[in-house]
Amino acid sequence: MHIDQLLQYSLSGFSTGAIYALIGIGFSIIYNSTGIINFAQGEFVMFGGMLTIFFLDVLHLPLWAAIPCAIAVATVAGVLFERLAIRPLRSATPINLVIITIGGSILLRGIAMLLWGKDTHAVPPFTGEDPISIAGATILPQHLWILAITVVIILINKFYFYHTISGKAMRACSYNPRAAGLVGIDVRRMVLFSFMISSALGSLAGIIVAPLTMTAYDVGVMLGLKGFCAAIIGGMSSGMATVIGGLILGILESLGAGLVSSGYKDAIAFIILLLILFIRPQGLFGKAETERV
Amino acid sequence: MKFRRVAAFAAACTLFASAAFAAGTVKIGGLFAVTGPASFLGEPERNTAQMVVDEINKAGGIRGTKLELVTYDTAGDATKAVQLANKLIKNDKVAAIVGPSTTGESMAVIPVAEKERVPLISCAAGIKITEPVKPWVFKTAQNDTLAVAKIYDSLQKQKVRKIAILTVSDGFGSSGREQLKAQAARYGLEILVDDTFGPKDTDMTSQLTKIRGSQAQAIICWGTNPGPAIVAKNAKQLGIKTPLYMSHGVSSKKFIELAGDAAEGVRLPSGKVIVADLLPASDSQKKSLLSYVRDYKNHYRVEGDHFGGHAWDAVMLIKGAIERGATTPEAIRNQLEKTRNFHGIGGTFNYSPTDHAGLTKDAFVLVEVKNKDWVIVK
Repeated sequence: MHIDQLLQYSLSGFSTGAIYALIGIGFSIIYNSTGIINFAQGEFVMFGGMLTIFFLDVLHLPLWAAIPCAIAVATVAGVLFERLAIRPLRSATPINLVIITIGGSILLRGIAMLLWGKDTHAVPPFTGEDPISIAGATILPQHLWILAITVVIILINKFYFYHTISGKAMRACSYNPRAAGLVGIDVRRMVLFSFMISSALGSLAGIIVAPLTMTAYDVGVMLGLKGFCAAIIGGMSSGMATVIGGLILGILESLGAGLVSSGYKDAIAFIILLLILFIRPQGLFGKAETERV
Repeated sequence: MKFRRVAAFAAACTLFASAAFAAGTVKIGGLFAVTGPASFLGEPERNTAQMVVDEINKAGGIRGTKLELVTYDTAGDATKAVQLANKLIKNDKVAAIVGPSTTGESMAVIPVAEKERVPLISCAAGIKITEPVKPWVFKTAQNDTLAVAKIYDSLQKQKVRKIAILTVSDGFGSSGREQLKAQAARYGLEILVDDTFGPKDTDMTSQLTKIRGSQAQAIICWGTNPGPAIVAKNAKQLGIKTPLYMSHGVSSKKFIELAGDAAEGVRLPSGKVIVADLLPASDSQKKSLLSYVRDYKNHYRVEGDHFGGHAWDAVMLIKGAIERGATTPEAIRNQLEKTRNFHGIGGTFNYSPTDHAGLTKDAFVLVEVKNKDWVIVK
């Protein structure tokens, strides 16, 4: 066992973990404003990558223009999803809504398959493909992009939720929607906002990871589940806890695949998920709060 | 395009209704995994089968006998494949079945074909399909054994002794892994690292880091897109200079497109279809290959690959049997077994009562990616 191998596993895990974190935050934001788990979150990740390909290859936009366009379209899709699938059910129970999001995810996946076919596509890297060597371990410039964008997103997220009126309003809704409504917060608009933010975040995650992992109509399922797992480890917080959850998951996966067996890579994620749900349902860092079930 | 096909179908229906099948029509069934995880096999196979049947009919049929193709989508599901095989035999009363696309489905359908006594020409590669020989079952896809032998042959010539294998954890990968392990000793090779990856995995740097730390002189990766493309990219990222070999599962332009620069220098055994125009004029398959590639491109605007080629071979083999006077399932089976020197897409077929796979190692060529294209390794 060499130290450079260990470093390589950790670095690979770190960048995968950052992606899980971004997706996980998307889960948490919607959970906190509506109390539902949006299982269509993974499809927005897929939309990000596939729409970028669409703008690049079909409309021949440059990469810097294709990315914001892709995020914009994915966000509109998120808004439509909320308007057409979530809002019309006025007094549905969370479990109904969760099942609707699963149905929605199958629908979105089907639409993507019909629009863009079943092939896998490659997105060009943002800047260069020459590996960078760090103490015997190597990463690509794209990994740096992933880490940088994740950090920026976390900072923006923090600022939004703690220093803007609408961010504070969303937090209020997550604590107690009825009380928030009583003080004049438009709860339903906040729900819409939460879908906008999380679909934008999801698609961004899908775009920055696509040059490394490539994208296809069905990549959203696994990425979505891993993001969900990150959010569970983080106790469904929309802040640092979920980010750390994602990083832990990414690094454990990578170490597990390298040191134990790659066959157990996905199993590791789901064993952690089950353990957390059994032993610490409030998340790794959360205080026990019996109401949140 | 679609409209034309619908129109042609409608026309065909009215035609058949009036002619009431009197003028000699042989029905062929097709079972392809057009949707689902194996759609990269099933879709070109279905397209190809339809194309070949249409062309045969347009040219006036086989000595006046027209073909009718009935295809069903198995979605890669063995249970569904069995139901649909029964449907083809009992409702559609087909004289022969082309497909299924995957080894799992083929194994499930074999007992049906055997019991109902209808010839089945599988498009899947698994060696178990025709070994031991089953009277009613043939196949057109090259055995994994042959692909492994092609790689090991080349490694042996380069005096490579130690290798690492990285296989995908699905049917294709585990069958490849079995063969890689079984044949290694015969070529004097030692497998230092034997690792796997999931079909949906997006990062293989962990496995490759392990391989980088070993003494392996060559890496053999066995899988279908997109996994191997990620492996190639990750290997480049890790600065691995060890020669990288892939399986015939990625022998299409798609692999080069996905892996980009990382594909350069990757070697793999492939059916001859992707290098059709590079083959010497003396190659007996060249004529079939060029006409298939050109036809497929005209019909579907993408280049034909060797997966579609399996269906091409299957339909043409049936055509050959009908040419020799067979129209009933029994006669078609007997004539198929007598096929000699049929120069198809997958290779030159020679079926016999003891060999229903019909191909040799020469069905493969070893190719290398150079400047985003294939070249034949001498």
